[in-house]
Amino acid sequence: MKPNRKIVFPLLLLPVWYLVYQNLQPMTDWLVDSQLGLTKGLHLTETLRFFVFEFPKVMLLLTLIIFFVGIIRTYFTPERTRKALEGKKTFTANVMAATLGIVTPFCSCSAIPLFLGFVESGVPLGVTFSFLIAAPMINEVAIILLYGMFGWKVTVIYIGTGLVIAILAGWVIGLLKLEKWVEPWVYQTHIGESGFEEEKLSFANRINPGYDAVKEIVGKVWIYVALGILVGAWAHGYVPAEFMAALMGKSAWYSIPLSVLIGIPLYSNAAGIVPIVSVLIEKGASLGTALAFMMSVIGLSLPEMVILRKVLKLPLIFTFIGIVGIGIMIVGYLFNYIL
Amino acid sequence: MNIKILGTGCPKCKTLEKMTREVVEKNRIDATISKVEDIMEIMRYGIMSTPALVVDEKVEIKGRVPSLDEIKKVLMK
Repeated sequence: MKPNRKIVFPLLLLPVWYLVYQNLQPMTDWLVDSQLGLTKGLHLTETLRFFVFEFPKVMLLLTLIIFFVGIIRTYFTPERTRKALEGKKTFTANVMAATLGIVTPFCSCSAIPLFLGFVESGVPLGVTFSFLIAAPMINEVAIILLYGMFGWKVTVIYIGTGLVIAILAGWVIGLLKLEKWVEPWVYQTHIGESGFEEEKLSFANRINPGYDAVKEIVGKVWIYVALGILVGAWAHGYVPAEFMAALMGKSAWYSIPLSVLIGIPLYSNAAGIVPIVSVLIEKGASLGTALAFMMSVIGLSLPEMVILRKVLKLPLIFTFIGIVGIGIMIVGYLFNYIL
Repeated sequence: MNIKILGTGCPKCKTLEKMTREVVEKNRIDATISKVEDIMEIMRYGIMSTPALVVDEKVEIKGRVPSLDEIKKVLMK
């Protein structure tokens, strides 16, 4: 495609997108009630309605927002983030690192070069952790799914508390001076000059990464979205209301630490877990407990710990899990208490 | 020409290696391709996101999987 056409094409699609998105509910009802002729209120009907409505809704949101995120991210590279963090005072740097963690492209397979790059250029350990906590926990897929299934209030709460956890946990790790628990070879690695000149991209050339991001991310997560919503839809239709109240309700104080513990080895990306969590809440789980569970699943993942083990000694990994875990629990109790 | 693919073994790195080999073969480029998986070696190139494509010790692409056309452009220049 020619550069100009690349800009015009998505602009033309935007009104179509909007029309479909706005009319999903009537379209779903039309399909389920009049076309398939299913009886309203039956388990099967409501399960089907849930899926037919939620799946396209989330996919529409994902496609649109990932496209823009792909474009925005061309402005934030890990190298630039590192440069921005160099020489900043600790607490300010923690705040910046956590915030940049949201927008800087990050995948756990790049965690090691990123960690080395940060630490080697003099970014303090605690600040690096602020980044490493925020980056996976508050990612674009999580934000979109949360917005799609819970609305903006819960999304803002999630982003806000996630940031606070990342900032404070990183800050505490910095205070504890745990550099001794970083593998010694990390400090012996010599980082060369890349000589890589950041390409100066015109706006038209930043559109391509938008398409690439949609292809890559939506192409990868749609199956998790489908599975998550399928499980959610089934529970929505068949599991009795208040089923989760005793297990994950407000009165069950032990449910928060339990949810966090269960969440660590459970490895799912946001795409799969958010639809399930939304049904947990519908069936009587309290928001604080559900939030804690979700943060633990997304933010603390076993595979990432295994990767980080290459550069961190075990005591530091456990400290990291411990501090973040406690932060998540505090958030959980806080929301169970105030809401 | 000396081509190196930097990557610790993630799926994207393997894709980049496969694509680079494809471009080299198709266009009969005279090059040796090697895969660098040692992290200390990778860091010498000063990059923070993998995979990366290095041609004659110069980092050309990093942190993403380019299209076949783009690889061709980089190798043919």
